[in-house]
Amino acid sequence: MNLHEYQAKDLLAKYGLPVQKGILATSPEETANAFRSMGGKFAVVKAQVHAGGRGKAGGVKVVKSAEEAADVAKSLLGKRLVTYQTDAKGQPVGSLLVCEDMYPVQRELYLGAVVDRSTRSIVFMTSTEGGVEIEEVAHNTPEKIIKTVVDPLVGLQPFQAREAGFALGLDDKQIKQFTGLMMGAYKAFVENDFALFEINPLAIRGDGTLCCVDAKIGIDSNAAFRLPAIVALRDKSQENERELKASEFDLNYVALEGNIGCMVNGAGLAMATMDIIKLKGGQPANFLDVGGGATKERVIEAFKLILADESVKGVLINIFGGIVRCDMIAEAIIAAVKEVNVTVPVVVRLEGNNAELGAKILDDSGLKLTSAQGLNDAAEKIVAAVAALA
Amino acid sequence: MSVLVNKNTKVLVQGFTGKNGTFHAEQALKVGTKVVGGVTPGKGGSEHLGLPVFNTMRDAVRTTQADASVIYVPAPFAKDSILEAIDAGVKLVVCITEGVPTIDMLYVKRAVDEAGIRLIGPNCPGVITPGECKIGIMPWHIHNPGRIGIVSRSGTLTYEAVAQTTALGLGQSTCIGIGGDPIPGTSHIDSLKLFQDDPDTDAIIMIGEIGGSAEEEAAEFAKSYVTKPVVGYIAGVTAPKGKRMGHAGAIISGGKGTAEEKFAAFERAGIAYTRSPAEIGKTMHELLKSKGMIK
Repeated sequence: MNLHEYQAKDLLAKYGLPVQKGILATSPEETANAFRSMGGKFAVVKAQVHAGGRGKAGGVKVVKSAEEAADVAKSLLGKRLVTYQTDAKGQPVGSLLVCEDMYPVQRELYLGAVVDRSTRSIVFMTSTEGGVEIEEVAHNTPEKIIKTVVDPLVGLQPFQAREAGFALGLDDKQIKQFTGLMMGAYKAFVENDFALFEINPLAIRGDGTLCCVDAKIGIDSNAAFRLPAIVALRDKSQENERELKASEFDLNYVALEGNIGCMVNGAGLAMATMDIIKLKGGQPANFLDVGGGATKERVIEAFKLILADESVKGVLINIFGGIVRCDMIAEAIIAAVKEVNVTVPVVVRLEGNNAELGAKILDDSGLKLTSAQGLNDAAEKIVAAVAALA
Repeated sequence: MSVLVNKNTKVLVQGFTGKNGTFHAEQALKVGTKVVGGVTPGKGGSEHLGLPVFNTMRDAVRTTQADASVIYVPAPFAKDSILEAIDAGVKLVVCITEGVPTIDMLYVKRAVDEAGIRLIGPNCPGVITPGECKIGIMPWHIHNPGRIGIVSRSGTLTYEAVAQTTALGLGQSTCIGIGGDPIPGTSHIDSLKLFQDDPDTDAIIMIGEIGGSAEEEAAEFAKSYVTKPVVGYIAGVTAPKGKRMGHAGAIISGGKGTAEEKFAAFERAGIAYTRSPAEIGKTMHELLKSKGMIK
């Protein structure tokens, strides 16, 4: 789950981080009023969407008057913003953050943190190269990224923050402020189960003080049960409609761009199924893990989700019945095909517990279901069936 | 022999009287696994499936002398359960639970390492030595005692590799489902080391997926340490960047952790691999044949 910039800044401010002043607006009038109460000569209007690359996509505008602020709001609110990080449809703009103008600044720095798998720790990354994509910095000039590995048992220590601060070339006064900022960020990270944290840029203002100009926070969804205040911030309008629907039924679904829908049990096998469709010359339309308990209800919901994607021209069902019985799954598939009125070709591969009985039930159903033996056969059959339609 | 578990392993079930704990303990008992009891706080002193229920792991271990525990408690309680198992002194903890917060695992991983305890999972199918012992949720009947060690981040994909090797008459020594989370208790490297050092494992199948760099690290390790034949497979070639593919750990972030990088690491390490999930068993079969290890 991701937070909007304004939500991230509010949260970080609670941990004592200096953040750029801003007022949230959801209409042109509010945007104009926000400009007035900001009181500066300029203000920056930023579209609140869950995607990076807003600036280049026209989602961040400098305005000089309340009227101009209102005009920018009219051009952005209710529209969709397409950036290099979004899909072709883009993300809907439901609100704007009207921010104080900070520029010119002395320097733009970078501060980020992740849970690093290799060291099994939270690792902070700081860099003098703020304001650009950190992936670019990591690729072109990896020596310009300073890493700080935090011991999970003792937490971030002030000396580590000072080390990072000195490496950034900060002066005595700034070191003190930076240490507080990084310690606060660490506290926010562990108390709110961040999966991703990024302040870019972290500006040194004209007066020499530090300020977080943009903030990105992603939350570990596994921790949602203990973060009610964070969960309340979820903006469902920013999520893919079908993925959102899937999450309501506890199905793991990710939309892709192909035309062969997939229904699989288990995440690894679901990915492998997509891959083998591609190997056989087809294009998977989605990732879908129906989970261990592939009941009739879940299979029906999964079918509805897959078929809601208009580009789907065929469906491959791949179930490895470990504990669950394949004959039960076959019955569920038949019930689902009848209820949802599936008209595209469907290939079913059942393996494991009672697989032969399951295949027989499908064959005897009189429905347009093709049973397959093994992964290769299944992928070849669905790719051929879809190719025959073209 | 085998790795981690065998016919003498005594197992406790944490979350014993719950739905999952009950069902899988019954399944394990049916195939002869030595389940010796379980823990459900507040139900100590009672009996479940004909076995004793304890309030605490400490009581359970003291009374049963168990070597291992398997955890079926809900995710919010997984950290506490793993730490309790460590404290009680079992040598192996298998955590099946899905959805454990990643930050919890940072503490847990340090704790198990410092105590010298082997943790498998979380978010995993468990560990099985065919014909001897099943700790977890995998289907017993597809396995066949043999000499191939299998390690995988994915449950059903492990079953796929198991079924393929069984069909080719190869069989498995032990299968370790290390789980799909970003911070697993046991890594691919740990598993490779166990299999390399096990006299009853002749060859190793290593199944990975997108996200992180555990497979790259394991390939590098295999180059210097593993002399037994290894076959690799990676799922997620077609996975888009930045999307979590079911497993918490299966995500390409910042352009890192792609399937192509992992296949390239296999290539560099001279590990045989296949790009087809349907040909994991076949690739192993051909490799063993080319080495004269089977006919």
